[in-house]
Order: sequence, then C-alpha cells, then structure tokens
Amino acid sequence: MANDLFNSFMTGPDENGRFGDFGGRFVSETLMPLILSLQEQYEKAKTDTDFWAEMDYLWKYYVGRPSPLYYAERLTEHLGGAKIYLKRDELNHTGAHKINNVLGQILLARRMGKTRIIAETGAGQHGVATATVCARFGLECVVYMGAHDVERQAPNVFRMRLLGAKVVPVTSGRGTLKDAMNDALRDWVTNVRDTFYCIGTVAGPHPYPAMVRDFQAIIGKEVRWQLEEQEGEGRLPDTLIAAIGGGSNAMGLFFPFLDDKSVRIIGVEAGGKGVNEKMEHCASLTGGRPGVLHGNRTYLLQDDDGQILEGHSISAGLDYPGIGPEHSWLHDTGRAEYVSITDKEALEAFQMCCTTEGIIPALEPSHALAHVMKIAPDLPRDHIIVMNMCGRGDKDIFTVAKHLGFEMETKD
Amino acid sequence: MTRIDAKFAALKAEGKKAFVAYVMAGDPDYETSLEIVKGLPGAGVDVIELGLPFTDPMADGPTIQLAGQRALEAGQTLQKTLDMAAEFRKGDDETPIVLMGYYNPIYNRGVPKFLEDAKAAGIDGLIVVDLPPEEDSELCIPATEAGMNFIRLATPTTDDKRLPKVLQNTSGFVYYVSITGITGAGEAQAGDVAPEVARIKSQTDLPVIVGFGIKTPDAAQNIAGVADGAVVGSAIVKLVEERKPVADILAYVKSLADGAHRA
Repeated sequence: MANDLFNSFMTGPDENGRFGDFGGRFVSETLMPLILSLQEQYEKAKTDTDFWAEMDYLWKYYVGRPSPLYYAERLTEHLGGAKIYLKRDELNHTGAHKINNVLGQILLARRMGKTRIIAETGAGQHGVATATVCARFGLECVVYMGAHDVERQAPNVFRMRLLGAKVVPVTSGRGTLKDAMNDALRDWVTNVRDTFYCIGTVAGPHPYPAMVRDFQAIIGKEVRWQLEEQEGEGRLPDTLIAAIGGGSNAMGLFFPFLDDKSVRIIGVEAGGKGVNEKMEHCASLTGGRPGVLHGNRTYLLQDDDGQILEGHSISAGLDYPGIGPEHSWLHDTGRAEYVSITDKEALEAFQMCCTTEGIIPALEPSHALAHVMKIAPDLPRDHIIVMNMCGRGDKDIFTVAKHLGFEMETKD
Repeated sequence: MTRIDAKFAALKAEGKKAFVAYVMAGDPDYETSLEIVKGLPGAGVDVIELGLPFTDPMADGPTIQLAGQRALEAGQTLQKTLDMAAEFRKGDDETPIVLMGYYNPIYNRGVPKFLEDAKAAGIDGLIVVDLPPEEDSELCIPATEAGMNFIRLATPTTDDKRLPKVLQNTSGFVYYVSITGITGAGEAQAGDVAPEVARIKSQTDLPVIVGFGIKTPDAAQNIAGVADGAVVGSAIVKLVEERKPVADILAYVKSLADGAHRA
C-alpha cells in the first residue's frame, strides 16, 4: 500500500487552488487582495500550534467533541447485512457539523482584525452556527438568507435573532441559497475592509474549499481512532457514506481516508423528485456539468446558455445548484462515487431512523441513510459502513409533518 | 489596433474625454435593446459596454440584476447578444463594443468558439468580472491572442504591490472602479478618484476610465475631468426599467455624454 501513496489524493489543491481543473479563484478584483490575505493567514494558522490548541479547546468544551461513533445495532439487524456505524455530529452544539468550520473561520477572522462577520445560509444551520460563535466572541453578525427559506425555516431565523445576529431576507433572484450567497458576496465587496465572509461549505474561491475541508476533517480523523477503539487496531471502515449539498460534512468524513484505497467512498446527492430533464433535483454531479459560479469551477445545474438553474430538494440544506470543487475532482478521478436519493426515499429513511434508533435525523443525512438502506442488506455482516449523521431533525419536523399529512397546530 | 485603440487615439488627438455607456443586451426585449444600442453613438457615446445577462451577477446592484432578469425572461442568450452586436455592426464599423459580464456563459460555449463568434460579431473587447489576473490563462490570454482587448477592473483595494499584476495583461483601457461596492451604489467622488487615477497612470500608458457611482451629467463631467473618461450604467438601465421611450433614454444618454465631453 505505502508505495502507491505517491498517487495521493490528499495533496490538493495546488497553489492556484485547483483540484485538477476544478476550484480556482473566480472573483472580482475588489475581493482578490482579501482572498490572498486570507490564504496567507490560513497557511500560517495551519502550522500554528496555538491556533490548533484554541480550536481543540473550543471543540472539546464548547462544541462537545469528539462526537460519538455509534454502532446502530437495531438498524443493522433490521437491514440484515453490513454493520452500520453513525458518526453523531448531530450531537454537536447547535445540532450539526457546521460549527466545526465556523469556529475555525471566526478564529481566523479575529487574527485578521475583522470585526464584522457575514454568512449565507439555506436551512439556517450554518447561520445559527455563525450567529452562535459570533455571540461567543462578541462579533457583529449578518446572515443572508433567501426570503423563501426565511419563511420555511422560521425557528432558525428566530434562533439567529436571539443570538444577536441580523438576518437579511434575500429577495434578489428567486430568493434561495444561491441568491443568499450572491448577496453575501455583494455585501463583502462593499464592506471588504472590516468584514469577513464565513462560508458554510467546501465551495467558493480558494482557499475556502480547502480551509473548510480542513476544519471539517476532524470528523474523519475521529472516526479513524474511534473505529479502532471499537473494532480493533488497524480496522478501517469499508464504506463511508455522507449526504452532499455543497459537501462539507462529506469532505470532513472522506478526506482523512482518501488514501486508504480499501475504503469505498460514496456521496449522496439530493435527487428531489427524480434526476430527470425537468431538473427538479439538486444532483449537480449526476445531472449537471462543469461551470463557474461563486468563485470556483465545479459541476453546476445549468441550462444550454450557461445560466444557472434552481434545484429542488425537500431538504433546504441540499438545495444548491453547485457542489464543492474537490467533490467534482473526486468524481472525475473515480476516487469517490456519487449517487442520488429522492425526497421520498429520504423521508422513508427519516422515519426508519426515528423508530429503529430513537434518533430524529435532519433531512440532509436522511438522504445518506436512505442509501445505506439500499446497499447494506446485500453486504456481508463483517462489512463496516460509517455514515455521517451530520445534523439533527428538530428543524425539519414541520416539513416532515406536512409531507406526512400531519397537522401541527401551535396555540397561544 | 482594435476599434478601442483607434477610438482612444482619436479622442486624445481631439483632446476629448471618453464617454462610455453600459446597457444590458436584450433589456427589456431584443428589439428595444437593439434600438437603444443603435442610437448610442448618435447620443455621443464613444464606447458601448454591452451587458451579457447572467442569472447570478454577484458584483452588480439591484438595477443591473433586474435588467439581466428582464433580458433572460425575454429570451436573451449569449448567441442573441452576439447577433445584436453583429446587427449593430452593419450600420457602424467604428464605435467599439465591449462585452461585459460573467464567465460561465462564455465558458459554457467554449472559449475558442466564443472568441471566434464574438470577433465575427464585431466585439472588440471583454470585461469579465469574475476573471482576476490569477485566472488569465482562462480567457484573457486567448482573447488577446485573438486580437481582442481584455479590459481589467482596478479597484480601491488594488494596492501598489498588486497593481502591476492587474495591468500586466490588460489592453484597450483600464476600468477603475470608483468605490468598493456593487454597481449602482454610492457616489463616485472626484477628490477620491483623482489620486487613484494618477497612481494607475504612473504605471501604464493605457487610458483610465472610471465607473461605478456616476449618475448625473455633472458627475460624469467631474469624474471624466480627473480621468480619461467616465462610464455610466445603472442610471441608464434604470430608465429602461421604467419603460421610458427610447428617445427619452437616448436624450438622457446625450446629456451624460455632453457632461463627460465638457470635462
């Protein structure tokens, strides 16, 4: 094994922020100096033991890391095949993996002397995490959120406001996550001198995809020792599975295992109502093609003219027409496989998880779970699947209730 | 020598400042937009910036965003934008056209094919907002080799250390963005702009044109007075949004051009 490590999948991106042909720095000139300065700061921080000591402290005492690696015994029995472990990142403070990355970026922002933090959010999980860490450090926080998402994610909007953040409903374009990202970039261009843009996923201009991945990689690093602890020294997972919108929780799980050739890696995209010509899905890799948006080249949902299309997913957190550039590269090189799961399949997995494991998952990891349910029964009992349970489902109960035809009334 | 180089040489010989007008191609519809574009030279416009509509114009303010949406809804495409330029060229072989937009529609067509088609349509230069010098191999260098100008934006955040990199592969003119912000926001101040233009001119012989935040004939005059010319976009596009008659739009453009030419 060791001698084919020269073909490492873990050395990217190159100095221009490229993973193969993907990634890059496709931003306006106003932002370039800041992006270069961020890259410089990040390179410094990466090898700075003080920086990581602070991260480790906050991860442990503020976030609650390490998150458990949990053997889902009943689910395993029910499916009757592979042994299934869930990486419980939904138990983090704020209820998802998002805070792993936000902490890192906010510590960097502080080092760069930035006093104002902006973020985009879809389902609101990244917005809540950003608002949380900003409150913790006394920083001004502005969160851009599509007007449509503000409506369907009211509890998270209120959470952000309780945490002292300003939530700006975005009405430009069609008022979804991609438009929120456009408006965050517009804010950044306008307030570049004092403002730090805290991006929530492994996308955007270099160094964001690499930086966010490195902060999220704590997930996979923990899985490695936690699995050894339970399954014996040197035991690697056989299959890793995670859901993908932009792809940060997946990169976090996958990255530390990219050079372990025996580990099969599967990313699960949101198939919406089905990956078809009507484009009622968010499966950029399955149903899109390479293009340039939001600072990077990656697979995108677009029309014949190169105009960006809106996706559809039951899960607001996967509702994005692009994907992190490193995933595009892993896809094209064949190191990782990408599949899609429909809204309906995700809903079924959601319910199964509630009743067999007593865990209410978010709709995002429900997509990953649906794929686990598809493949686990045909795998041998000594095959180990590790799935990233990247968020909890509290935020989704209204959506799920609606789809299941359950009336939820709130009375004063 | 491109039409852009020829135009600036002629203006220089006359001792005149340039007036550059931006309109969104296909806004509010193909026919009206073509009529406006055809009328621009007669209204005193020296260089036409033709906006290429894109769904996600992340450096533009609400006015240009809405213009792009109107154009796309009316069926505008990259091909139709090139058709429009070609149609304009039938009656005007002198006024330079700079295509201004974002990279994805161009990348989607394929750079070699795009350059061939754009050149055939009579496009003289490109401003692609999301292609900084770091990505020059994508389009800037192929475009320059194809005989087209690649016009770069310099901004208040482009410091002395970075300026040479920004100027390196730029041709035609340098577009100085007067504010840190999006199109249509703020107000360009001649007092702030003058030293910045001087700073850029100390490192290049190219004309320096100033845009963003210029809304009135007086502002066009003041800003052109401290540079080689001024660009107005959102203020013109706003009139298209208000569905003003083409004659009124062109009359307003003329007032702006007269302002810049007075400088």
